[in-house]
Amino acid sequence: MVVVRFAGYGGQGLLTAGLILADAAAVYDKKKVIQTQSYGAEARGGASRSDVVISDEDIIFPKPDHLDILVAMNQLSVDRYSSALAEGGTLIADGTYVTTVTFPDCYLVPFTRIAREKLGREIVANVVALGALIELKGVVSKKAVARALEQRIPQATLEINLKALEAGVKAGQEAAKAREKAEEDYDIV
Amino acid sequence: MVLMQGNEALARGALDAGVRFFAGYPITPSTEIAEIMSVELPKVGGKFLQMEDEMGSLAAVIGASLAGAKAMTATSGPGFSLMQENLGYAYMTEVPCLVVDVMRGGPSTGLPTNPSQGDVMQARWGCHGDHPVIALAASSVVDCYNLTVRAVNLAERFRMPVILLSDAVVGHMREDVTLPEKIEVVDREKPHVPYEWYYPYDDSTTAVAPLAPFGTGFRFHVTGLTHDRAGFATTVPAEVDRAIRNLKRKMDRFRHEIIQVEHAHLADAEVVVAAYGICARAAEAATVEARRRGYRVGFINLKTIWPFCFKLVQRVAETAKAIIVPELNLGQLVREFERAVCDRAQVVPINRVDGETITPRQILDVIGELARPGGGA
Repeated sequence: MVVVRFAGYGGQGLLTAGLILADAAAVYDKKKVIQTQSYGAEARGGASRSDVVISDEDIIFPKPDHLDILVAMNQLSVDRYSSALAEGGTLIADGTYVTTVTFPDCYLVPFTRIAREKLGREIVANVVALGALIELKGVVSKKAVARALEQRIPQATLEINLKALEAGVKAGQEAAKAREKAEEDYDIV
Repeated sequence: MVLMQGNEALARGALDAGVRFFAGYPITPSTEIAEIMSVELPKVGGKFLQMEDEMGSLAAVIGASLAGAKAMTATSGPGFSLMQENLGYAYMTEVPCLVVDVMRGGPSTGLPTNPSQGDVMQARWGCHGDHPVIALAASSVVDCYNLTVRAVNLAERFRMPVILLSDAVVGHMREDVTLPEKIEVVDREKPHVPYEWYYPYDDSTTAVAPLAPFGTGFRFHVTGLTHDRAGFATTVPAEVDRAIRNLKRKMDRFRHEIIQVEHAHLADAEVVVAAYGICARAAEAATVEARRRGYRVGFINLKTIWPFCFKLVQRVAETAKAIIVPELNLGQLVREFERAVCDRAQVVPINRVDGETITPRQILDVIGELARPGGGA
């Protein structure tokens, strides 16, 4: 069983990210899935999060008390939910906004900056994050995510979303390489 | 297999059960139901109305049902409060309809986006006067589909409003589901007598009086005043007594068919966790884990909360030492358990009103206090 949480401000596309991941896992990777969400009453702003539980077996309770992966889109989410990460868990945070991380297994990837500079639209930062997530942690196949996007995203913005997925995967590869290098450097020292 | 949200499955169930009229006023966390119905109903020749408020919504639903349509509305706590007056009217006039309440924190506007089970007693006694109530509670996405079909069928069969309770978690939760390919659909009994012989409230020959759709030639009077078999107001004690008792009687006779309860491991259970809605998920998870650890724990998921499953709980109280009742309120359905158990077993409530759900761990902690692995105190 894997528990993934997307957390950030309302309007950052966290519920969509959760929905796409859940759809990819359930419909295209044939897993058992439950996706829940929590958000404030505000239309934008406020804390928002989406949890996805993916398992090979039936899931009885939809809200597990620990997380395996936290995808945090702002500092507040890092501060608030890092403690819910299980031992061996991973934090993947948006380096555009997140400056301070305390969790040991952590990747900082500037999702929003990539979305803004490489794709011209900040709004697809959530899909960039999805790309980085599957590159770094697996969870579901890229093909499944692409198919879920094709099903759930309106035709007019599908292309930019698929590009965002690729950009996220690439950013994930770079983050993994950077860490490898950092670890090597550390060993030399 | 599809990935579907609770509210989405509920709307799908309503459409498959034959609902062709929806009137409502959007409110979190029920809004998706109205959204989906507004898109889907016109495709199947149905009608969707967004009304000025929840009072108007249920009034429109009652009118549509009297005209022969299977009709529904969906709301949350604040809207459910506003609907109580017309809900009473529907009980009194015996008009079938479905009222969905996707519960959120209350009282008043409360916590719009968080789950609660605070409307359990409002579902039972929200409107004044003696009246029978059927209220179902959904604990999964599949439940949202199946229980909606069931609620519509029960409304049609017993000619009365049926309430379906969901909550912010169940309504917004997405699960991978496989919906049934075939479902049973019940249509209300229509009269087969000449126009002039028709009495809309005469149940002397059938358990439930047939209901003629307006506009089909049958003329009858509909009033919230206590009425005789023709539908006209009466204060004759014998007629009043018969009218009020009949409302209850038509349902009492079929109580055993209306009550639907899922249970496991009751035979050897020392402690039983009984819950409904989202709490039933935590209860089931806690039961599975407790049994893995060697505790003799049983589990009840009340898919029907009104009428209450008195007989089952009485039976459980004869063998179990304690019944744990987790609820997202300060103790509502637990009172029914206490009434049924009558001190023959311990009834232990777990209550949570902070906008979060009760967790399996919370329930496991209480099981640990009440029992030991392998049984025995």
